[in-house]
Amino acid sequence: MNGNGRHHTIIALVHDRPGVLTRVAGLFRRRGFNISSLAVGNSEQEGLSRMTFVVDGDQYTVDQATRQLDKLIEVVKVANISDEEIVSRELALIKVKVTPETRGEILEMVHPFRAEIVDVGARSMVIEVTGSGDKIQALYSLLEPFGVLELMRTGRVAMVRGLSEGRVSDELVLDYHGDHLKVNEAYEVGSY
Amino acid sequence: MEYTGAEIVCESLLQEGVEVIFGLPGGAVLPFYGALSGYPQLRHVLVRHEQAAAMAADGYARVTGKVGVCTATSGPGATNLVTGIAGAMMDSIPMVAITGQVPKPAIGRDAFQETDITGITLPITKHNMLVMEVDDIAPAIKEAFYIAQSGRPGPVLLDIPKDVLAGEKRPFVWPETLNLQGYYPPGEADEIQLNQAVELINQAERPIILAGHGVLISHAYSELRELAEKAQIPVITTLLGISSFPTDHFLHTGMPGMHGMAYASLAIDKADLLVSLGMRFDDRVTGRISDFAPNARVVHVDVDPSEFHKNVKATVPVLGDIRKVLNQMLPLVNRRTHVDWLQYIDTLRAEHPSLYIRQTDELLPQFVMKQLSDVTEGNAIIVTGVGQHQMWAAQHYAYKNPNSLITSGGLGAMGFEVPAALGAKVGSPDKVVWSIAGDGGFQMTMCDLATAVENNIDVKFAILNNGVLGMVHQWQEFFYDKDFFATVYSGNPDFVKLAEAYGIPGIRVTDKTQVEAAIRQAMDTPGPVVVDFIVKRDEQVYPMIPAGESVNEMMEEPVPERIF
Repeated sequence: MNGNGRHHTIIALVHDRPGVLTRVAGLFRRRGFNISSLAVGNSEQEGLSRMTFVVDGDQYTVDQATRQLDKLIEVVKVANISDEEIVSRELALIKVKVTPETRGEILEMVHPFRAEIVDVGARSMVIEVTGSGDKIQALYSLLEPFGVLELMRTGRVAMVRGLSEGRVSDELVLDYHGDHLKVNEAYEVGSY
Repeated sequence: MEYTGAEIVCESLLQEGVEVIFGLPGGAVLPFYGALSGYPQLRHVLVRHEQAAAMAADGYARVTGKVGVCTATSGPGATNLVTGIAGAMMDSIPMVAITGQVPKPAIGRDAFQETDITGITLPITKHNMLVMEVDDIAPAIKEAFYIAQSGRPGPVLLDIPKDVLAGEKRPFVWPETLNLQGYYPPGEADEIQLNQAVELINQAERPIILAGHGVLISHAYSELRELAEKAQIPVITTLLGISSFPTDHFLHTGMPGMHGMAYASLAIDKADLLVSLGMRFDDRVTGRISDFAPNARVVHVDVDPSEFHKNVKATVPVLGDIRKVLNQMLPLVNRRTHVDWLQYIDTLRAEHPSLYIRQTDELLPQFVMKQLSDVTEGNAIIVTGVGQHQMWAAQHYAYKNPNSLITSGGLGAMGFEVPAALGAKVGSPDKVVWSIAGDGGFQMTMCDLATAVENNIDVKFAILNNGVLGMVHQWQEFFYDKDFFATVYSGNPDFVKLAEAYGIPGIRVTDKTQVEAAIRQAMDTPGPVVVDFIVKRDEQVYPMIPAGESVNEMMEEPVPERIF
């Protein structure tokens, strides 16, 4: 089983200590999964950080990895919120080449994206844009013909809408798999 | 009063009730050893290789149920612990490993004997910590012991730089509480899950209990027996679950899987319910998963939620401590009989007598195990490594007491049998402890015979000596066109002389008529003894379900007609 699945957005509340990131990353590394985006920062609770990461993988392996994550001593809570109603944002800084001729055109183009110009130089300009990955990609594509010098994207940060904190992994396990007639769904493991 | 870091380590170990530490000193950990000499309550067993320290701590933990403690210096000392720690992780053994690290200012400079042992052991420990301040030592040790033995047990490594051990002196403050937010070892089961599980058990016509290591870890043997007897359910024990249920009980139905008894695997094949207690559906148990227990619903009781649906989909997962869950279940489970089902299993036993040892004048390894079982009346602690000898020990020894088979199950580490037996004997000085080795595994760790001699640890070492790496040889025989490349040991030492070189008796057995007398002689001799059984070389472990196959592909030893 390899990373030929879909995007999964996982959020985790973790203790703010050295090595936490390595532990979390290690659980995906050993399964040959790539973390395609990662964002970490302080949470509302002192000493705890929130991580949002996006991994590509099949449902079974991501579920397994998520439960293993929950076992890490430094992980307080973890949830795969891919199927939840979520708000998610990324931020990107795009440094684009400008000339006196193109400056106006770029400014006009940036406007509908509610992006901001955060630095203006004689021959370049830095644009800050926030939104979904698709929105950032769309702006990037528009700017590309002008010559993008640098693109810097944060990882995705995500939050479940409403009062819920997201389906935590404990509840995920407590779900009753009550289909009595469906026995023994197979997960093959490799042998020598 | 103020203490050095090393003294705080000792004080903390005393607080945790530690009695013995297995280890070997070196530069970075020397301050700890300096303090240790002033704490005679903490017995130190000096090993000859750090791997033995970790494996002895493992054996000690398994027989006592307490945390096994081992220690080593930085760099090679720490890396030598790795195999022992990995084994403890795979088999859920409570262990605390304490390693010295190079002084803080030297960390990251590729200093002499510096390795990133917390980095190396990340995936093979339940938790590990690099302790950078003296004041962090006591809380770290309290945390380490709690984590190691709560929930699903496992190894915890503490890496402490030399200058933290030997630097400033601080008061010793033993913390009252722990800050482990988010770590909640499960206790009793959720009512809904429990009722659903009980309903399935009460409805089942052909139920099987699969008892794993979890039963032993949570000390649920009597509850298991009560459940089995009340609902009349046959009990199959996994390799690590062996001795969780008495071998001579009428409901005992053997071991499943690759080298399990044929009747056990065939019973699972026909079962309509598996009550899986503290076991993880290892590939050696299931074979090809799509063909495993095709008619069965699964009640899976485990303390580790990540085990649910990992290999086999559970119809009803029950999260909790096995003993607590069984105590919740017992009043709700109906008293009933399964006459037809038990009769069917009896027929399987008669048709597939997997434990039959054929009559021959040759010295068969199975015969040695059977004799050992008879002479010790099933009351010894048997310690094995991995391979043919391990499977014969699992099959032919009739275990009478819980926690009496100590074996490298998940990791399958050769050489485990020698140091783990030392640890087992230290933990259970009143029990007879037999280390069962092949000549391959024995040579991996036989340097620690010196540890047995030095500390007068009374272990009897049996070598089932066939001059080959037996299990690999068997695979070559069956699956690699009998290309016996690199599995024949032609340069073995004379193990009797080797024993004598260590100043202990060695007995050689070449004929089956000598077996019983040799076993008795070894047991009547105080102190460690080596018994070298020269057994038949090309003996295979049967039955065998080849890796990745199902019960339908099982190979059984041809049995002569007359025994029926």
